[in-house]
Amino acid sequence: MNSSNLLSIVTFIYGVAAFLYIVSWVFKKQLPGRIATWIAIIGVVSNTGGIALRWIESYRLGIGHAPLSNMYESLVFFAWTIGVIYLVVEQTYKNRIIGAFATPLAFLAMAYASLSPNINDRIQPLIPALKSNWLIAHVVTCFIGYAAFAIAFGVSLIYLFKQKKTGGKTGLFNHFPDYSTLDELTHQMVTLGFLFLTVGIITGAVWANSAWGSYWSWDPKETWSLITWFVYATLLHARMMRGWEGKKIAYLSIIGFMAVIFTYFGVNLLPGLHSYGQG
Amino acid sequence: MNKKTGSANFSGRLWKLFASVRLTVVLLLSLAVTSVIGTIIPQNKRPDEYLNEYGEFLYNILSAFDIFDMYHSWWFQFLLLMLTTNIVVCSINRFSALWKILSVKNPSFNVSKFRNLSDKEEFTDSRSPEDLKRIYVPIVSRSYGYKRIEETDNGLCIFAEKGRWTRVGVYVIHFSVILLLIGGLIGSIFGFKGFVNIPEGKTVNSIRLYNTGEAQKLNFKIRCDDFNIKFYDSGMPSEYRSTLTILEQGNPVLTKDIIVNAPLRYRGINIFQSNYGTLPPKKITLNFKSVSTSAGYTKKASVGKQLDLPEDMGQLLIKGYRNSFDFGGYNLGETFMGILTPNNGNPVHVIMPLRFPQFDRMRKGNLVISVEDYDHSYYTGLQVTRDPGVLVVYSGFVIIIIGCFITFFMSHQRLCVEISKSGKSSRIMVAGTANKNKLGMQTRIKKIVKSLSKC
Ligand code: HEM
Repeated sequence: MNSSNLLSIVTFIYGVAAFLYIVSWVFKKQLPGRIATWIAIIGVVSNTGGIALRWIESYRLGIGHAPLSNMYESLVFFAWTIGVIYLVVEQTYKNRIIGAFATPLAFLAMAYASLSPNINDRIQPLIPALKSNWLIAHVVTCFIGYAAFAIAFGVSLIYLFKQKKTGGKTGLFNHFPDYSTLDELTHQMVTLGFLFLTVGIITGAVWANSAWGSYWSWDPKETWSLITWFVYATLLHARMMRGWEGKKIAYLSIIGFMAVIFTYFGVNLLPGLHSYGQG
Repeated sequence: MNKKTGSANFSGRLWKLFASVRLTVVLLLSLAVTSVIGTIIPQNKRPDEYLNEYGEFLYNILSAFDIFDMYHSWWFQFLLLMLTTNIVVCSINRFSALWKILSVKNPSFNVSKFRNLSDKEEFTDSRSPEDLKRIYVPIVSRSYGYKRIEETDNGLCIFAEKGRWTRVGVYVIHFSVILLLIGGLIGSIFGFKGFVNIPEGKTVNSIRLYNTGEAQKLNFKIRCDDFNIKFYDSGMPSEYRSTLTILEQGNPVLTKDIIVNAPLRYRGINIFQSNYGTLPPKKITLNFKSVSTSAGYTKKASVGKQLDLPEDMGQLLIKGYRNSFDFGGYNLGETFMGILTPNNGNPVHVIMPLRFPQFDRMRKGNLVISVEDYDHSYYTGLQVTRDPGVLVVYSGFVIIIIGCFITFFMSHQRLCVEISKSGKSSRIMVAGTANKNKLGMQTRIKKIVKSLSKC
């Protein structure tokens, strides 16, 4: 089996896990949730295996490099980080409902990587600009940050759903963690994301400086990561100092994640050139 | 109201404005929103390109607001200046409060405050408070730097705290943001960014600046000894490598190969591999095929020089070379052009595309001329920069990471373990506060309770 096949299976596993998490939430049954956890663990393990295998394959092809060099590989890594961070959160907070919002994101990332016609899953040699250890540090840190923001986004959605549902007649939203836990969780994920986004922007800047002699040149991708950074910095200040909570913070976290998504996918639609992330 | 209090009022209000986090939120959002513009409208292109795209009216409006170089526009710089002032004023404003917390030798603890916490934990133990104190104190000191024991009405209280200094974390972050801005400013005032193309074997002592297009003289010379490209089997480039020599007063002082991601740094100037190009060839090898005798000949020629043709057919002048050659709407690719002067007759043009050796048949001459090969020589394209602000920016990078780490993952924690007599045994209450991550503090309290109740 090659890594692409294995990773297609991972897509499927995440899909099943997401489905079971949702079933467990909607029908308020424990069992599917417990199975979902195990399936998610299997998914993360296979995802790890897929990444490792791809790494080995690239060496067999004689063009060995860490599998973090194009859109496909970064999406696979993105799904992996979402999976890992989510499982840690589940263990910490003993709540599986967040899984109904987090694992679908991992599934979507993998499905997009595997199925989108614009994304090439071939292992390609590195072009000269990408041959740098800073690139690896850059991609790893950025995607840990993005994954944390993704989970914050999921939690914020839960928060808003819960708000909409007054009285809780359907009971669908009763099992959500209480407001303060959700709020705290969003905050923790945002701070984790902010730290890693900061490191990600920095390693990107250092890389650019070693490759092109300028650590910042306002290209659209750089600028959008800075925009994302500003949005989350706003969120942190609004919460810390203005005492914003709950709904407003949830909206800001959703806007922040939209900025993440745009930094990641949308920028390729804009004029400009960021050699990385194309196709 | 007299004038004096009026102005005091004004500066007071200004101070208050800049000390407010509301302004921070507004500024950060404004920076986020305005930054979008420059990603939608491509920056720093030639005016005629913008004129084409937007028409004169829109062009005039946009350029009045410096939209075409917006990140260096006065209003964007103004926003950054506001942000800087905001950080500075805010920090000064809050410093005394911070200092009060930091400088206390013996922090005051209030038992009743801890008793009122909703997430305190309680349990009982059969031993007396004094016994428990002896057991508990070492356990508490294991993870808390500061501790103090106080008597209470019917027992005693162990207070402990740690991480008070972590409250400086946000100041560290804000300081580093200022460092980054200062570093950027130093770079834009004292630095430059330019490029130079050096043909193999040639030497330069000046470069061309990007923003003004002017020449910038260097204090030394750069010679390109060699340029090479390597390809993968698939044809993708795998490496660009230039061998450069630095010359001081004509003497070579340093020779180094540079590749993308491994630049040459010399006397504060950085030289990066950025692109390359081919130079017009000088020497070529030509094939001649005689139609009448079907004999073949191979001859070397120099561009710009006359060459005697085989079979005494006259002379050929290789006039030039083009990367691409349009022939009736079809691109022939790399092509040489020449003029053939027969011994008797008028000169004719000869077109010799590299990819199509039979092309010259169309001329219907007696000789079919084609190019077998030519000497490939390159120029290397170097980006040359100087940025004395980089060190400041990089220290900002390091400090901001440290600051974020302190701010997000460390906290000022206070712990209170109250042991009170209850009959023969003791009642123990454990409660704690933290200025960050309250949930984490709850878990920590639970852990402490576990380890205390076990021994
Ligand atoms: C891009 C610039 C800035 C960044 C990246 C930044 C970052 C941060 C971060 C990460 C925190 C901690 C939030 C938390 O603990 O969750 C914070 C807190 C704070 N920031 Fe900023 N900040 C910036 C600009 C400013 C400005 C301009 C002000 C000016 C008023 C400001 C005032 C504050 C204050 C007062 C706090 C709370 C401090 C405390 O807890 O005692 N920040 N900032």
